[in-house]
Amino acid sequence: MSRINDVGGMEGFGAVPVDNAEQPAFAADWEARVFALNSALLRRGVYNLDEFRDAVERMPPAEYLDASYYERWFAAITTLLDERGVLPRADLDG
Amino acid sequence: MSADHGDGALAARVRRAETLLEERGVVDGAELDAILDRYLATGSPANGARVVARAWTDAGFRDRLLADANAAVTELGFRAGGLQPTLLRAVANTAEVHNVVVCTLCSCYPIALLGPSPSWYKSEAYRSRVVRDPRSVLAEFGLTLPDTVRVEVWDASAETRYLVVPRRPDGTDHLDDDKLAALVTRNGLIGTAAV
Repeated sequence: MSRINDVGGMEGFGAVPVDNAEQPAFAADWEARVFALNSALLRRGVYNLDEFRDAVERMPPAEYLDASYYERWFAAITTLLDERGVLPRADLDG
Repeated sequence: MSADHGDGALAARVRRAETLLEERGVVDGAELDAILDRYLATGSPANGARVVARAWTDAGFRDRLLADANAAVTELGFRAGGLQPTLLRAVANTAEVHNVVVCTLCSCYPIALLGPSPSWYKSEAYRSRVVRDPRSVLAEFGLTLPDTVRVEVWDASAETRYLVVPRRPDGTDHLDDDKLAALVTRNGLIGTAAV
């Protein structure tokens, strides 16, 4: 069964947001921190890349579609940290 | 950004996660800074452009690139791999075929050779449509292909990444590798531009 990320051929997403201007790698500083955090956690073996991808892909479809690219990353990271007991969701929620 | 919460709340939550992980000794801030510096310093479409320029001027290199891109790019000092080893495949445009690359599942992309991917590459609109109706998507990028040209769409994955080798523009016989590389754009390397 395909998951929400498997959008190839799907209809209804509209025009491609073409922007040929040079864009910075990250639109905001928090995106850069999310990227770096993920790299460090992968390197530490807290989870591997396939587990990370899976955590993005099993996001609830509505949340997936509503989230920006790095919001999805952060959602996946916090899911995996919670599941592995490294950073329980309750601690992050404070 | 989603409309539900501002960037501020999310930024604060990311900071909180980082702080808690540092307190627990899982990551450290200096390491994160170093990761970012390295990431931003390594990948650039200028790397892919140099590979293409060499392929235009050196037929032997072009053959090696199309046969085994991972090995060929090391001749220019590049490394195709990311966090995990991936197969790099170079696909060359000809008078008959135009290649374009997508990652329908997410955002797989040869970052070392192309730099960070543009946001449109990660959009659902591009990922969903370019496999079904590539010609109209390419037209939105300003690239209109004659009907006689076949479009081949390559779907990148966790294991395989693609680099398009555009056709060398006419009237560039006198240019050296540096000047040729300057003609090659990021979109040309993805296939959403002619060069």
